[in-house]
Amino acid sequence: MVSEATNTLKKSVFWDWMTTVDHKKIAILYLLAGTLFFLKAGLMAVIFRIQLIAPEMEFISGQTFNEFITMHGTLMLFLAVTPIFFAFMNFVVPLQIGARDVAFPFVNALGFWLFFLGGLLLSLSWFFGGAPDAGWTSYVPLASREFGGVGIDFYVLGLQISGFGTLVSGINFIVTIINMRAPGMTMMRLPLFCWTTLLTSILIVFAFTPLAAGLALLMLDRIFDAQFFIPGEGGNVVIWQHIFWIFGHPEVYILVLPAFGMISEVIPAFSKKRLFGYTSMVFAVLIIAFLSFMVWMHHMFTVGIGPIANSIFAISTMTIAVPTGIKIFNWLFTMWGGKLTFNTAMIFAASFVPTFVLGGVTGVMLAMAPVDHLYHDTYFVVAHFHYIIVGGIVLGIFAALFYWYPKMFGHKLNETLGMIMFWLFYIGFHLTFFIQHILGLVGMPRRVYTYLEGQGMDTMNFISTIGAFLMAVAVIILIINIVYSALKSEPVTVDDPWDARTLEWATHTPVPEYNFAQTPQVRSLDPVFYEKIHGNGKMKPAEPLDDIHMPSGSILPFFISLGLFIAGFGFISFHLDLFISPYVLIAIGGIVTFGSMGLRSMQTDHGYHISKETVEEMEKELS
Amino acid sequence: MADTADLSKGLPTNPEKATLEGKNKFLGMFVFLAGEVTMFATFFGTYLGLRDGTAGGPEPADLFQLPLVFIMTMILLTSSLTSVLAVYAMKKNQFQKLKLWMWVTFLLGVSFLSLEIYEFVEYYEHGLGYTSSAFASSFYTLVGLHGAHVLFGLGWILLLLLRYRGTGVTLSNAPKFYAFSLYWHFIDVVWVFIFTVVYLMGIGA
Amino acid sequence: MNGWKRFLQFAPLMAIVLLLAGCGEQGLSALDPMGPQSQWIFDNMLLSLYVMALVIVVVFVLFFIIIIRFRHKEGDDEYPEQVHGSTKLEVAWTVIPILLLAILAVPTITGQFYLSVGAEDIAEDEEDIGDLGDADEEIAEEDIAEDAYVIDVTAHQFWWEFDYPEGFTTGNEVYIPEGEEVVFQLEAEDVIHSFWVPALAGKVDNIPGVTNHLWLEADEPGVYMGKCAELCGPSHALMDFKLIAMEEDDYAAWNEEMQQEEEEPEETLAQQGREHFEEEGCLACHAVEGEGSAQGPTLTNFGDRNQIAGFLDYSEENLRDWIRDPGALKQGTNMPASPGLEDDELDAIIAYLDQLEAVDDETTEELEIQ
Repeated sequence: MVSEATNTLKKSVFWDWMTTVDHKKIAILYLLAGTLFFLKAGLMAVIFRIQLIAPEMEFISGQTFNEFITMHGTLMLFLAVTPIFFAFMNFVVPLQIGARDVAFPFVNALGFWLFFLGGLLLSLSWFFGGAPDAGWTSYVPLASREFGGVGIDFYVLGLQISGFGTLVSGINFIVTIINMRAPGMTMMRLPLFCWTTLLTSILIVFAFTPLAAGLALLMLDRIFDAQFFIPGEGGNVVIWQHIFWIFGHPEVYILVLPAFGMISEVIPAFSKKRLFGYTSMVFAVLIIAFLSFMVWMHHMFTVGIGPIANSIFAISTMTIAVPTGIKIFNWLFTMWGGKLTFNTAMIFAASFVPTFVLGGVTGVMLAMAPVDHLYHDTYFVVAHFHYIIVGGIVLGIFAALFYWYPKMFGHKLNETLGMIMFWLFYIGFHLTFFIQHILGLVGMPRRVYTYLEGQGMDTMNFISTIGAFLMAVAVIILIINIVYSALKSEPVTVDDPWDARTLEWATHTPVPEYNFAQTPQVRSLDPVFYEKIHGNGKMKPAEPLDDIHMPSGSILPFFISLGLFIAGFGFISFHLDLFISPYVLIAIGGIVTFGSMGLRSMQTDHGYHISKETVEEMEKELS
Repeated sequence: MADTADLSKGLPTNPEKATLEGKNKFLGMFVFLAGEVTMFATFFGTYLGLRDGTAGGPEPADLFQLPLVFIMTMILLTSSLTSVLAVYAMKKNQFQKLKLWMWVTFLLGVSFLSLEIYEFVEYYEHGLGYTSSAFASSFYTLVGLHGAHVLFGLGWILLLLLRYRGTGVTLSNAPKFYAFSLYWHFIDVVWVFIFTVVYLMGIGA
Repeated sequence: MNGWKRFLQFAPLMAIVLLLAGCGEQGLSALDPMGPQSQWIFDNMLLSLYVMALVIVVVFVLFFIIIIRFRHKEGDDEYPEQVHGSTKLEVAWTVIPILLLAILAVPTITGQFYLSVGAEDIAEDEEDIGDLGDADEEIAEEDIAEDAYVIDVTAHQFWWEFDYPEGFTTGNEVYIPEGEEVVFQLEAEDVIHSFWVPALAGKVDNIPGVTNHLWLEADEPGVYMGKCAELCGPSHALMDFKLIAMEEDDYAAWNEEMQQEEEEPEETLAQQGREHFEEEGCLACHAVEGEGSAQGPTLTNFGDRNQIAGFLDYSEENLRDWIRDPGALKQGTNMPASPGLEDDELDAIIAYLDQLEAVDDETTEELEIQ
């Protein structure tokens, strides 16, 4: 945890964390909440892999299985991976651009609480008649009022609220990166992680809004009897798929771009070399982000859109392989000629490269629309996107966790346990998912809760489940590692334990609440490395030491979110038999939310100042 | 930061962008509106996909009254103009004029909203309920969402006008008035598209 | 390059392909294609696999060279040379992938038209394409070649209905003549399903309110397994069907037989069964020879079925369990349980159902051997 020594205002611990607007503390909140959802979703995966370990198992029923796969996908994408990324973005991006905080600290806290309470609302479904069960894509009519249970209402409202949190956080990052850079930090000197954060945030702004619209339509259909998706009343079920994938495909890149950014930080740091082809890396991400909006229909090749539309979307999908290939080779050549140190962070980052290629090539295979009629909705697709999401994104997250952990928590994670974890996870991952390519080709559709004996799927499913167990053990070892390191690890006292390159390593460990006592002057890409070679190893200040202005904490973000949580539950309770009328709940929620917002706009809050003397004292103590 | 700007020589020419906080608000508002564009685009797309799905109920051509909609359009366009005049006054540090034009904007917004409610009641009486058909649902949702935006904008400007009724133009309230005017223009532009895509194309088709 | 070298180059790949073909069950696996469409798909999958194998080999070789050669050595604290990039290399790894993709783009486009039904006709009418509202591009009857044999497929939770042009209906099992192109017209009654016979063709979705088409052809007579490939509810996994391809003559005989009026059962037990069948109200959902409702699968040729309810082996015991409590075996099925049915009544009904046949036993056996 961030040490108390870095705080100047005295508050109780609980109140401090509830009201914090400090980007570093919000980062840790995101990390904790994201990890909880990650563990929950992972446990669900282990349970349904047990169900599939042998043919015609009756460990869980078809209905429970559907609820588990739906929640596994939804939690992992919206409530585990996205917040874990937000944790690192929140912590690292302001430090990397040399800022004291994000552009809108209040909105930052609001984003967290919206995400968290939205996720909580979704999870409540287990206690009120079952989780959503129509897959994370919630295709209508399976998710419509006629066929979908109350779980879908939780899906719609929970995601609506947490999605709104994601949206405001995205806006916040865009403004932060564009407006808050330190002097000399030009766009073409931005670390790649900041670039990918910027582009991910832009994708969020343009992709989460269609999702919000789609979820609103589904909610109106389900709760207020609108007719958007009811074929008999003039509605059209395919519109949902269009809207969902206009969001859903960019969502893939929203998740994978930050992983690209993390890898682009870790690999140069442990190769002791600058990123190969920085400019082409930046343009590759720009192109990928742009193209991600042009390809949504490749999820719908079997819907019957017609051969011309299918061909167009097939070709546009293939073109994404080109910038992705550029990135792969740039990473390889960053390592080429370097002096590689294979600690846990680096081994995760390096193994990302070939693994991601395996996921990428199946992506190109899937893009061939006519052949996709074979792959679509089979385990081949499941294997493909897990190669991207686990082999790409999760490996990137683990690399980032081991890399930034000392800066965030003041001590390193244990290397031996880290290495054991890596090998278990990596082998388990390939065991689980490689075989699933073949399972798909021999005729196993995805989302089946069982398969019949004698269809040639028994052995492969068994192997796959064993792999899932290995991955679960690896995650348990990670948790042991975190606890063990917190108790036994030597505290890191130096600013730059990895001999790294970017600006976050110029701050003290632990990072004081004002980040930089004096805003640094950036003279090059990889500024810390530049000062090591061309300077005295310290960043040059861009301003004299002075009082530092800080934003005040506020409990209002929590209450705004709580109001929406109550109102959201109110909307769901139209389909529940509660002792309280839905209208009452909606009214209470509305009053809490809009009341808090009104209170916020009526408040005059100029923040507070940390005096020059306090800053000097803290700097002396920390260095 | 708000407190670092030098106010000894009076207000700067662009008080809304003079501080980092103001610049952040300005950019943040723009990004937010960009997101709103795709959200409205989704509703427009849905409407276009479903407007023929009348399921035997009333059709667009049976319902829409062009004169009424034309008056509504004019009112909203005028309100956009008055908000420009208000911002213009703000840049010249004429606070009374700013307030006056913002109140006019507010009143025009209220009359637009009243006409919209009248319009919906009319349609309802002609047999177009929210659940009548996919066309009905998508029409009410698209136009109603715009109406909800107008309502939110009215609440926003009312709050600003009441809170800053006696403060004069300051570096902390200028970005807020400016952000509101951006939002109001956006609502206006969306209405122009609704007028074209929903009403003109509805009657033409 | 001589042939031997080429062989050496492709030998490992061929080994992988052979290995793949060894996986899976014949009549189900798409790695053992049994018709022209699945053969085309399989061939082009291999093409893409070859091209992609090239990429994988390059990346892996580079990667292993790097992790072996460029490790940090103890005591070597100099920074390596800080390379900015290389225009030549970067152009190379931009252009080469584009060329590789061009190789794949050609069959992608031609294949899309090869797979479509009546595609040439739609292509002229471009307005219909890519428009959000017209996802359900109706293919008018006249667009499909006049001599095409069209079977209507309606997917239900969780079974398949097949309506033949001759006017009769089958449930969960569809018979086609071998060596002839058959067009399936796909619709759905409740939620979205997807029609997939892996060994014969790619899948196309059955969507409520939309009409889709798919053609396929079986090279040889045999029983092919079909599946629903789109999540459709708790028993999605059990929504299997069989596609039975028959020799021309056998098919004609079967088709003829299916159009006949129902004959009185010969055995007395079966006659009693027929009476119980009516008394219990089975006809409210199940039709036999056109008589009765079409809410559930038609039972006209139930005695020929390979499976009960699409997934249970056809045995008296399974049939007994199924009729007693279908929901216990297939969660979410619409068929009600019959706890009050006496054992002898059930025996009679089973005897009745078992003699509902349209194919003689000899042909059935032949097919199973295939």
